[in-house]
Amino acid sequence: MTEFKPKIIAFLCSWCSYAGADKAGGQKLRYPANILVVRVMCTGRVDPRFVLKAFREGADGVMVLGCHTGDCHYRNGNMKAMKRMRLLSRMLPQFGIVKERLMFNRVSGGESELFQKLATEMTENITLMGPLKIEGFVKTEGAL
Amino acid sequence: MSKPKVAVIWNASCGGCDESLVDIEDKIIDLADKVDFVLWPCAMDFKYNDVAAMKDGEIDITLVNGGIQNSGQEKIVKLLREKSKIIVAYGSCAWLGGVPSLINLKNKKDSFAVNYLDCPSVINPGKKVPMAKSMADGYELELPEIFDTLYTLDDVIDVDYYLPGCPPMPAMIINALGELLGGKLPPKGTILSPDISLCLSCSRNGTKPDRMVMGEIQRIHEIIADPDQCFLNQDVLCMGPATRDGCGYPCITGNMPCTGCMGPMKNQDQGAKMISALGGIIDGYDEEAVDRILDGIPDPAGTFYRYSTAASYLGRRREKNR
Repeated sequence: MTEFKPKIIAFLCSWCSYAGADKAGGQKLRYPANILVVRVMCTGRVDPRFVLKAFREGADGVMVLGCHTGDCHYRNGNMKAMKRMRLLSRMLPQFGIVKERLMFNRVSGGESELFQKLATEMTENITLMGPLKIEGFVKTEGAL
Repeated sequence: MSKPKVAVIWNASCGGCDESLVDIEDKIIDLADKVDFVLWPCAMDFKYNDVAAMKDGEIDITLVNGGIQNSGQEKIVKLLREKSKIIVAYGSCAWLGGVPSLINLKNKKDSFAVNYLDCPSVINPGKKVPMAKSMADGYELELPEIFDTLYTLDDVIDVDYYLPGCPPMPAMIINALGELLGGKLPPKGTILSPDISLCLSCSRNGTKPDRMVMGEIQRIHEIIADPDQCFLNQDVLCMGPATRDGCGYPCITGNMPCTGCMGPMKNQDQGAKMISALGGIIDGYDEEAVDRILDGIPDPAGTFYRYSTAASYLGRRREKNR
């Protein structure tokens, strides 16, 4: 059996988390290559539909990383994203996706170590959980 | 010239769509004058064999209610597809799966367990559940096989037009039938209602404040609702922002919030859209405060996808696996 390599989509805010990830690269910090980064102008732009689509198209996990509270470049985009992801993570278990597969967190432009830590943790967690199956009838991971 | 032939068929639906055809009141008499019904199991006695004996494309318009949940329904709609010029997915069940498609959150085994075994009001000592093949008095009996997943109509056959609503409103039905029978055919795949959000035509749209904030989420029976105020502004969940226009908001007029029966706008996922809308108006600055408010939605999937689970991003099979 080949080793399971999870596919994790990370939506990173251009102003902080993406800069943080960039800095992690600049400092040559090691983090798993399973993280596929999508740069967005603000996490407020991340429609819940993007997350659902990512899961449907084969992602095993989704990360949404935004600015710290009060630091949003557009005043409150990160707060909206937090509320959306909070509600979404309550709904996902009903579709048979355990809520740990969706992560929302906050990483600022300087916190390259935090980005490294979150990316590593998420990859380890998802590797333990195994691949996401939503084929056939949807209830495959009995979380409810 | 012979009259156009019309067939009406129901699948996994409640029968309300058949009833809605009668709800167009005196217009039904005009309709019965203008067309020949060749199949309408709910109202008239026709046999499937008569339909099978027809020429291909002989039926002009077929109105199909309900999603596809068993092999019998699949067989009949496939037969009707061969015999019909136009197939209309009539009502939200045929278009999006409707209320019955909430079964897609579970599976066949779970639903049988609830309905035939564990339900407190059921007495079933033999632990019998529906089976496709069974033996009775030495004869083998055959029933349609129930699927694990409820499919929307266009998962199974090619659909020409969609008429949303649970059930479609009389004005919409008259409009749509007039258009289709009059030969003024819209492009294939048209959803026969305006592609805008219900809020845009809602009579309460003007009462929205500049910045709407929901400090808690209440259910409609927990408050005395103001008959003129936007429901979201009264802390009641209303699916208007994520729902298609065209029904003429009878629920809002009756002082009840929208539950989303008209389905999503084009290329949208109704639940994702509603979560997106709520994210912008829910109050609270930290996770705990937001969680307290969100506790007011005990069943998010059932609330946001009440009529569209089978057509949602996660609630159906992926296209490539069909």
